Amino acid sequence: MELYQMTAHQLHELLRKKEVTSQEITQSVFDRVQQVEDRIHSYITLLPELAMKQAQEADDRIRKGDFGRLTGIPVAIKDLICTQGIRTTCGSHILDNFVPNYDATVTMKLKKAGAVFVGKTNMDEFAMGSSTENSYFGPTRNPWDLERIPGGSSGGSAASVAAGECILSLGSDTGGSIRQPAACCGIVGLKPTYGRVSRYGLVAFASSLDQIGPFAKDVRDAALMLTAISGYEPRDSTSINLPVPDYTQSLSHDVQSLVLGVPQEAFGEGIDPEVEATVREAIRSLEKLGAKIVEVSLPHSQYAVAVYYIIAPAEASSNLARYDGVKYGFRAKGSHDLLEMYKETRSQGFGSEVKRRIMLGTYALSAGYYDAYYRKASQVRTLIGGDFEKAFGQCDALLLPTAPTPAFKLGEKVDDPLEMYLSDIYTIPCNLAGLPGISLPCGFSQTGLPIGLQILGNHFQEEKILRVAYAYERNTDHHLRKPNL
Amino acid sequence: MKITKEEVERVAVLARLKYSEEEKGRFVSQLNSILDYMDQLDKLDTSSVEPTFHAVTQKNVFREDAVQPSLNLEVTLANGPDPDRGFFRVPKIIE
Repeated sequence: MELYQMTAHQLHELLRKKEVTSQEITQSVFDRVQQVEDRIHSYITLLPELAMKQAQEADDRIRKGDFGRLTGIPVAIKDLICTQGIRTTCGSHILDNFVPNYDATVTMKLKKAGAVFVGKTNMDEFAMGSSTENSYFGPTRNPWDLERIPGGSSGGSAASVAAGECILSLGSDTGGSIRQPAACCGIVGLKPTYGRVSRYGLVAFASSLDQIGPFAKDVRDAALMLTAISGYEPRDSTSINLPVPDYTQSLSHDVQSLVLGVPQEAFGEGIDPEVEATVREAIRSLEKLGAKIVEVSLPHSQYAVAVYYIIAPAEASSNLARYDGVKYGFRAKGSHDLLEMYKETRSQGFGSEVKRRIMLGTYALSAGYYDAYYRKASQVRTLIGGDFEKAFGQCDALLLPTAPTPAFKLGEKVDDPLEMYLSDIYTIPCNLAGLPGISLPCGFSQTGLPIGLQILGNHFQEEKILRVAYAYERNTDHHLRKPNL
Repeated sequence: MKITKEEVERVAVLARLKYSEEEKGRFVSQLNSILDYMDQLDKLDTSSVEPTFHAVTQKNVFREDAVQPSLNLEVTLANGPDPDRGFFRVPKIIE
């Protein structure tokens, strides 16, 4: 097996025993990037020089015995997480020359841990999309089928892990943007509880929903990365001051004492029959492992997409007001009046989906419509949260599909925004309620496309969903299958 | 139809965006189909439901009002499209 194909925990063992160096691992990853990147396009910016320097520093630390589990491991970072001195574009023309002068909390944590930065990954502009087709820098392709989307918005972060172009990566999840691409690319993706990971330095899309989380080749690696990035940070007043456990410690347990709920609504209209059959089979496997399976109901989850596409654009329209062509980023040339300059800058700088959501959000918040849309959606959000509260009174975690279909084809949904929005139908409720969720591979379609199982937990119960995911993964080998590139 | 071309124009001004006539036409139909989908929320009686603005309930967070190191002025201004002597230059605001 090549080094780039291994997991972070396997590589850590080799580094610890001094059987390989971080420089060798990093070289193997960049050789792989050289081999496949022109077909996949996972990255907006690659950082070969920085990475080799960090790898050298990591090797020094390892020699001195001062190292952790991520020291010397090549990671990729979604291009909406600020990296000091490294361009951070958000996949947008309006920020295509923006170089942050500070690090996001998660970037600082990874630097301290001694991780090696391979590059900044491609994404739907401002994380708005489910296919990575909305990137100003062009789409990313699915490593399992180059005609298909990798999911989104963190498509580059997912594809880079699946294609072996990094060992681990970070994405962000506002309505499914970690879990859905993880499912499409056949890897593990985890969205933590709202507040578990600091959002300081994460470019804001919808602040009450956004959360940073890991992509990994297996559950243990996801737990490793989650442990590294979690924790309170005073500069994000919504981060929660709770102790951070070592999440890898929750992996050794079995599921015999657990009650797992399957929402009645989980296999509704529009679900692909192969996805349904595969996820039901995964649920049976967990039952065979000793978990008790019960049926629960989330009656308001059918309204989640409508609620989300009011609340998220409303928050976005406010957050994106800062892009005015004055303080940073692109400014349109030739305007002699301030208002004209704002309009030209924003109209030329944003892509069509971002503009659509700004318009939708501005409309939903504007005088005369606030009660009918924003307030109404926020009330239904309470009902959705209440459904989960009730469900977690009956079970420890919930099992459901991550996405209604396997990865669709590039171009298939670009002209129909509503159809695109509906691909988030199973991931959105979790964000509205602020819950943790994980997606992991549970099988393949007949044409060889990965299918994801989603496990949701109650607030701050990441350990429970990791435990269920690990128990499932240990008894299957879907996570070991690799795309043929 | 929920939203007209005139309304799209009104919202565009609020959002500081500009559209060509052709874009406006496409927008009216896309926004209408999205807003029609939102209508399903009207089926629910929410008259006695409190709205949720944050999923994880929190109290206000206070900190000491102490001076902290801040970002370097020169480096910060360097990201602006038109920085000049410690300021951002913009088109004329007041006639």
